[in-house]
Amino acid sequence: MINKPERPHTVSDTNELILARDRQLEDFSGFLDVDGAGGLPSLKASRKAAIERFAEIGFPDRRNEDWKYTNVAPIARTAFARPTGEIPYIDAAELAPYRFGDDSSPRLVFVDGRYAPSLSTNGATTKGVTLLPLAEAVRTRAADVEPWLGQCLDDTNRPFAALNTAFFEDGVFLHLEKGVRVESPIELVFIATAGGDTPLASHPRIVIGAEAGAVATVTETHVGVGEGVSLTNVATEIMAREGAHVFHYRTTHLPDEAFHISTLAVRQEGKTDVTSCTISIGGRITRNDYHAIMAGEDGLCALRGLAKLRGREHVDNHLRVEHAAPACESREYFKSVLEDESRSAFTGRIFVHQIAQKTDGKQTNSNLLLSENAQADSRPQLEIFADDVKCTHAALTGQLDEDAIFYLRARGLSEREATSILVRAFAGEIIDTIKVDALRELVEERLFSRESSIDAGAPGKSGALQEAV
Amino acid sequence: MNNIPHRTATNSKTQTQNSELRTQNSVLSTQNSELPHMSRATPETDTLQQWEQSTYKYGFYTDIEADAAPPGLSEEIIRFISAKKEEPEWMLEWRLKAYRHWLTMEEPEWHNVHYPPIDYQSIIYYSAPKKKPQLDSLDEVDPELLRTYEKLGIPLEEQKMLAGVAVDAVFDSVSVATTFKETLAEAGVIFCSMSEAVREHPELVRKYLGSVVPYSDNYFATLNSAVFTDGSFVYIPKGVKCPMELSTYFRINAMNTGQFERTLIVAEEGASVSYLEGCTAPMRDENQLHAAVVELVAMDDASIKYSTIQNWYPGDENGVGGIYNFVTKRGKALGKRSHISWTQVETGSAITWKYPSCILIGDDSVGEFYSVALTNRRQQADTGTKMVHIGKNTRSTIVSKGISAGRGQNTYRGLVRVNKGAQGARNFTQCDSMLIGDRCGAHTFPYIEVKNPTAKLEHEATTSKIGEDQLFYCNQRGLSTEDAVNMIVNGFCKEVFRELPMEFAVEAQKLLEVSLEGSVG
Repeated sequence: MINKPERPHTVSDTNELILARDRQLEDFSGFLDVDGAGGLPSLKASRKAAIERFAEIGFPDRRNEDWKYTNVAPIARTAFARPTGEIPYIDAAELAPYRFGDDSSPRLVFVDGRYAPSLSTNGATTKGVTLLPLAEAVRTRAADVEPWLGQCLDDTNRPFAALNTAFFEDGVFLHLEKGVRVESPIELVFIATAGGDTPLASHPRIVIGAEAGAVATVTETHVGVGEGVSLTNVATEIMAREGAHVFHYRTTHLPDEAFHISTLAVRQEGKTDVTSCTISIGGRITRNDYHAIMAGEDGLCALRGLAKLRGREHVDNHLRVEHAAPACESREYFKSVLEDESRSAFTGRIFVHQIAQKTDGKQTNSNLLLSENAQADSRPQLEIFADDVKCTHAALTGQLDEDAIFYLRARGLSEREATSILVRAFAGEIIDTIKVDALRELVEERLFSRESSIDAGAPGKSGALQEAV
Repeated sequence: MNNIPHRTATNSKTQTQNSELRTQNSVLSTQNSELPHMSRATPETDTLQQWEQSTYKYGFYTDIEADAAPPGLSEEIIRFISAKKEEPEWMLEWRLKAYRHWLTMEEPEWHNVHYPPIDYQSIIYYSAPKKKPQLDSLDEVDPELLRTYEKLGIPLEEQKMLAGVAVDAVFDSVSVATTFKETLAEAGVIFCSMSEAVREHPELVRKYLGSVVPYSDNYFATLNSAVFTDGSFVYIPKGVKCPMELSTYFRINAMNTGQFERTLIVAEEGASVSYLEGCTAPMRDENQLHAAVVELVAMDDASIKYSTIQNWYPGDENGVGGIYNFVTKRGKALGKRSHISWTQVETGSAITWKYPSCILIGDDSVGEFYSVALTNRRQQADTGTKMVHIGKNTRSTIVSKGISAGRGQNTYRGLVRVNKGAQGARNFTQCDSMLIGDRCGAHTFPYIEVKNPTAKLEHEATTSKIGEDQLFYCNQRGLSTEDAVNMIVNGFCKEVFRELPMEFAVEAQKLLEVSLEGSVG
């Protein structure tokens, strides 16, 4: 039913990618039959369009500039299944280390992409706020969902975003009416289970629509449970109307074998503020795609990210921020701390349209290499078609400053303690921007309680990093 | 580039065009004789218009009968070129190997430039001025040629002693005259055309040709390997400091002739050389493909400085015509403490696609890249460098200044890679863009890949325009807006200009002023 365009490739790895693509296409035919589009008939059409786009692009190989630094073959060659049957039981205690809010604030929990009511709480409902699992919203409130769903996600050249549209079963629908302010953060938790017979893939979709002047904070937490392979392919859409403020925090706490792909699509009208901060901890391959369009004057878009990597972990942050209106401000701050054989990649692109005069764009990527075998790739890019702009980008890659270490050692700190303090200071520039106190403390705790290979090499002193904290 | 079928018609067309051009040229020369900053109080819009209409100052055309191959590319053509140049068998084999490989390649699409598809079968791959008997003095040289040189300012006659520059003028793919050979020969320096080198120094050419840019390197370099017609060869023996600056003037002349230059410079242990390259081209309305390859090899303690001023025909205000400049330039800093430095001032061509690179293999070797790229009207430039750090304590510096005006699109694309073994590698990159006018674009695509923790890399970039307060400040002190713009742009480019050899620096500054005439943002 779906055309499979021929692509002239010879490499065996590429053949594997084509086979993997075809597997997805077959899977889709089965999926469409079971998927009840509910009261939203247009969804079925969007899904078909998305899978056709995916059929065209397929899984990217590394000749694709957007995927130069991330090899998706390990993901593509895994035969993932869609979760079926009952939602596995997850002990609430298992989630405790990743939760920060109390039960007064709303929390939606999903297991392998499906809503788990037993783990969720509604919290105190604020007037003018609609917070529903997406599947339910599509079923019961189709007319409310339609103006927001898929409105800012452009999957033309984003194969995983296309897969998300084709396959998402559930997710979150959050709608804020005009002028509504939600005080406590809305907590969204996604659990990926692993260790079953077949590895599972989930494609949760989060849709956030903020009407004029609305203000909200949303946290997105991804947790891997059990050892083994899993794939989470999440897509988050944020649409901010005139004057709205949306603060978005995403943290991933993943076991070694987990794959995590995320797409954040943002569309902002005038005088809006959309801030997003992503903290990546663990996982084998993590890829975060960002696409923000500032379509109204005086908007602010701030994207931040921090990855602290060890082992063979791999994090790739890929950004595109478009200034499509005058006088907007964009900030991209991404940092990574790399140990062992870990790898980080950063591609940031600020695209300034001709109309976007008085643009103020800033982009910084800093990478701290703590091991001889770590690797950091950085592409801070600017594409500018307007002349009255202020755009800067900077990239720094190196190791810790020897003088700084010497300074601390001269004051009686061990080398490890000194390193730890400096790494904390380096990471602090991102962590400190998290405005939700409980989340910030949790992130600090998780980041620095992780076993660090710097300590592992020195018996008897393996707690040094924690002590120094 | 596609209207080759009427080849018979080309001649008459050339004639008419030629006379037209001459008239235009005389008009131009009157314009030229005026001081560049005559129009002090001209209103901004007028100067802008004037500038956009300003024609290419070096658009003259020399009428010399060319001994050209029929257009098209095939093994026969390659055999024809090779036979014409009386090349040995191995050279032909190498060309054919490249050609066969080229057939399997696809034209790259990743670059940020746009042009109609090139019809490679419509290009004439070989054209040489009619062979003349060996000449004893300049008097015997075709006066038409000499006049062209004069217009270009090539110091072939009495200026040659004053300028103290040895000139190997590549005129339409074949070297016509070479000077200062004796002085160089005394020092043991070999400086000759590539075809001569293939005949006279086959062992050196065979050893180094393709050792930096292999025949299979990329689409355009492979094409060049198959069909290159000439270029320069420089060999500096051990311990020799080249007694003078070497320069070659390239000039594209016959209609529809792609120029495929091949330059190879080898500096043995402790040797040093400074090489200058400058280009202008006649006015024409068909796109011309230029796919040159430059290879540099530096041994222990050797140093090579390669400077370029590129001012080929950029096309008219609608972007018609103009040179496609797809160049592969790469230097191999093979020896310890070797030093390779690229300096370029790119103001011409419809499309510039070049990334002069340094492969830093020897420990403590140094690579440098200084660039000014200016795009005006509908010019497009995608240029930058690659610094690959392989040896220990290797250092590289990148300073790139991009200026966009009119509807020009200027892209910096650069790679800094630090390999695992490159302990203590150091890079500093600065790429600044300046926009003049609101219809141009400035883009920056750096790639930074680090596999060694002791490496220290810094990348900085800014984008700006000439501030109104800056202009106001200058106006207040009696400078015209145009002078102020020139001054600010020259200041913007200063870091690059000071890397140029003296006489080039003056020329570059003048060139920029001419190119920027009337460009008041």
